[in-house]
Amino acid sequence: MEPVIAFRDVSYGIRGKEVLRHLDLEVAAGETLVLLGRSGSGKTTALKMVNALLTPISGDVCVEGKPTGDWNPILLRRRIGYVIQESGLFPHFTVARNVAVVPELEGWERGRIDARVDDLLARLGLPPEEFRSRTPRQLSGGQRQRVGVARALAAEPSILLMDEPFGALDPVTRRDLQRQFLALRKAWTKTSLLTSLFVTHDVREALALATRIALLHEGRLEIVATPREFLAARTGEARSFLAALEDLREA
Amino acid sequence: MPPTLAREILERTGEHVVLVAIALFAASLVGIPTGIFLTRKAAWRGVVLGFTNVVQTIPSLALFGFLIPLPFIGGIGKRTAVVALILYALLPVLRNTLTGILGVDPAVVESAVAMGMTDRQRLFQVELPLAAPTILAGLRIAAVTTIGTATIAAAIGGGGLGVFIFRGLASVDSAQILAGAVPAALLALAADGGLGWIERRFARF
Repeated sequence: MEPVIAFRDVSYGIRGKEVLRHLDLEVAAGETLVLLGRSGSGKTTALKMVNALLTPISGDVCVEGKPTGDWNPILLRRRIGYVIQESGLFPHFTVARNVAVVPELEGWERGRIDARVDDLLARLGLPPEEFRSRTPRQLSGGQRQRVGVARALAAEPSILLMDEPFGALDPVTRRDLQRQFLALRKAWTKTSLLTSLFVTHDVREALALATRIALLHEGRLEIVATPREFLAARTGEARSFLAALEDLREA
Repeated sequence: MPPTLAREILERTGEHVVLVAIALFAASLVGIPTGIFLTRKAAWRGVVLGFTNVVQTIPSLALFGFLIPLPFIGGIGKRTAVVALILYALLPVLRNTLTGILGVDPAVVESAVAMGMTDRQRLFQVELPLAAPTILAGLRIAAVTTIGTATIAAAIGGGGLGVFIFRGLASVDSAQILAGAVPAALLALAADGGLGWIERRFARF
């Protein structure tokens, strides 16, 4: 089967500094591929090329078989959900209007939008009658991220990009949201396939959520492995990440 | 106070308000779109802001004087006065539009782009509403300074409350000076208070 997302010999640099070097990577339909790496490893850069927020200097990022440069960027982005660490919710919109942004841009009818918003809020543990008309300022960090996830999923995208979505949350809330994400993905898979690309520097998060982990180090792809294979990996950077995990266990 | 003076104060205040209102309206009409344009074209920022900054440093009496010999916009009277007032009001409106939009949380702007908003949708649904308090603050500063500067319009036959001030200065009559200065100060306070109130209504996020 054709990969949903494919990086083909992709390089990127800024002000003469190479951020990503010759990345080759394919993401199959229904996968949750986690891009794992330290700060500055190029993982966010790779993510932002999928919805054309960044353009590769050389090589192609293909979405559904077509290079991002050949897509109309507006149409491409409306098919791709996007969640970031700072949530990026619109502070002057209510929760309901935030979630409804893409369906409204796409011209869905009112009833369908309302039903969709309520359904997603409920699934993410935010009772709609209580949360619909709040503003982002009236939410906790965890609630904001839930709304961010709901917004990303609202227009039924086939691709979901997540850039350290739970990175700024306390460990308990983070685990709640990780579980909810897994449950949501499971429910989703029954009807249609959701392919996600997930950026994190947290090896435990990577092991918990990934179907495969792609480890980036200084702009290069070091290994791609399932969580089970990753635990046995012997490459340098993989060992660094696994050592961090061991330290936690011993402590 | 003799009734003729009271009536003249009212008339001159009316003229003053009209001068200021026209100047502010025109300054917004030019300044806000120019400010928006500059958020999209970083290369133009230096030139345009430089020009408006330089205008701002010209002493107002001199600027009114400079405009008199110019064709079309110059001459003696209200039209020249309005042109000078527009030039003064332009900087605060333009600069606050620019800084207001550039000051919107980058994560919010990135989200708007990533959701698939067009440039126009991003501007009208996200950037302008969030920059509104800053743009209004610019308008408020412009209003207060323009009310003050407009008193100088009388020097070139523009009318307004400055008529009393110049008359009072010429005849060493402080009552006349006060008849111009006090209403001007009250107008400035009213504009500051009124626009400040609107600004706070917008700044609730």
